[in-house]
Amino acid sequence: MTSARTMVEVLRSRLPGFNLEVKPLLEHGEHAGDQFYISVAPGGLIEVLQSLRDDPQLRFEQLCDLTCVDYLNFPGATDRYAVIYSLLSLTHNHRLWVKCFVNDPEPRIPSVVSIWPGAEWLEREVFDMFGVVFDGHPDLRRILTWDGFPAHPLRKDYPLRGKGEREDYEVVTRESA
Amino acid sequence: MKKHEHDPHATTNDDVLTTRLADLVDFFRKYGVNWPRKNSLWPLPFATACCGIELMATGASRFDLARFGAEVMRFSPRQSDLLICAGRVAIKMMPVLHRIYKQMCEPKWVISMGACASSGGVFDTYAVVQGVDQFLPVDVYVPGCPPRPETLIEGIMSIQRIVENEGIRRSAERGKGLRLTAEPTVQLTVDEASATGATR
Repeated sequence: MTSARTMVEVLRSRLPGFNLEVKPLLEHGEHAGDQFYISVAPGGLIEVLQSLRDDPQLRFEQLCDLTCVDYLNFPGATDRYAVIYSLLSLTHNHRLWVKCFVNDPEPRIPSVVSIWPGAEWLEREVFDMFGVVFDGHPDLRRILTWDGFPAHPLRKDYPLRGKGEREDYEVVTRESA
Repeated sequence: MKKHEHDPHATTNDDVLTTRLADLVDFFRKYGVNWPRKNSLWPLPFATACCGIELMATGASRFDLARFGAEVMRFSPRQSDLLICAGRVAIKMMPVLHRIYKQMCEPKWVISMGACASSGGVFDTYAVVQGVDQFLPVDVYVPGCPPRPETLIEGIMSIQRIVENEGIRRSAERGKGLRLTAEPTVQLTVDEASATGATR
């Protein structure tokens, strides 16, 4: 097990140009301070994640999850979307989270499919649900909602009942089938 | 003097024969077709959620749907005549359900099982159909979340009553009829037709 501070020291020595800072994932409660994240700007994301995977002291071979949070109307939030990478090193048995903040009107972020191929469908899901565009993704289509769905339903400003998409289907009557 | 000359309700021999024939036809329709049909419903389980578990329990030995002749779960719509829609249906799934319903042969009936299939249940979201009856003709609604197997059995018995009373509906009774047409997939022109005839 390597502590998060050691991990970031390793990362800083590898990438001196980046201003990396360790922050606790949980600030309150029993497990506060057990897990940490670093936040990275979209411009340096690929470099940082590539180093996290390839450095022999870090070796984050596995991307456990790639998800997104919409911080609309969140108290104290300055950016709207956070794309979150949850990393696990099987070699060293340690974990780290990476957050990358993007904003409206056109949230764009580089794709990490070149680093972890398993990110392909996860990025498609984030695109489908939040509308974050992943540059360099090989096949960026909707994955859960159908083609032609007009919105991104997990955005906080999307109504829970939808905007009438579910009422637009063909009706089969007893006479027509 | 014969008795029936003074009787306004008397029937002739022809009337008796016709009436008896009609009775006989009704008898055969009711007991020759409807009775076996209602006692051998072949359900298609469209089970998408926890209602499907109750549906399986209904088919299993404790509740034993075989007592009602409906234990033969068919997973092909071509072989089944009762669609049991058990569970919530996502909007993306609705075209699939449409297609399954259209593939079933007449006569066919639909049970909407449980709160989600009947009304959307607690899933009043952008992704869930608020009742399959918005898009499909449903015959019987089974309430519950999920319904007990007894409730589903009552629903199937309701279908049996419908089958017994309605029976086979002819195409004229179905409104617009079957409207089956056979069309060639390749349109032959006259020249091509004569050319093929000439080479033979």
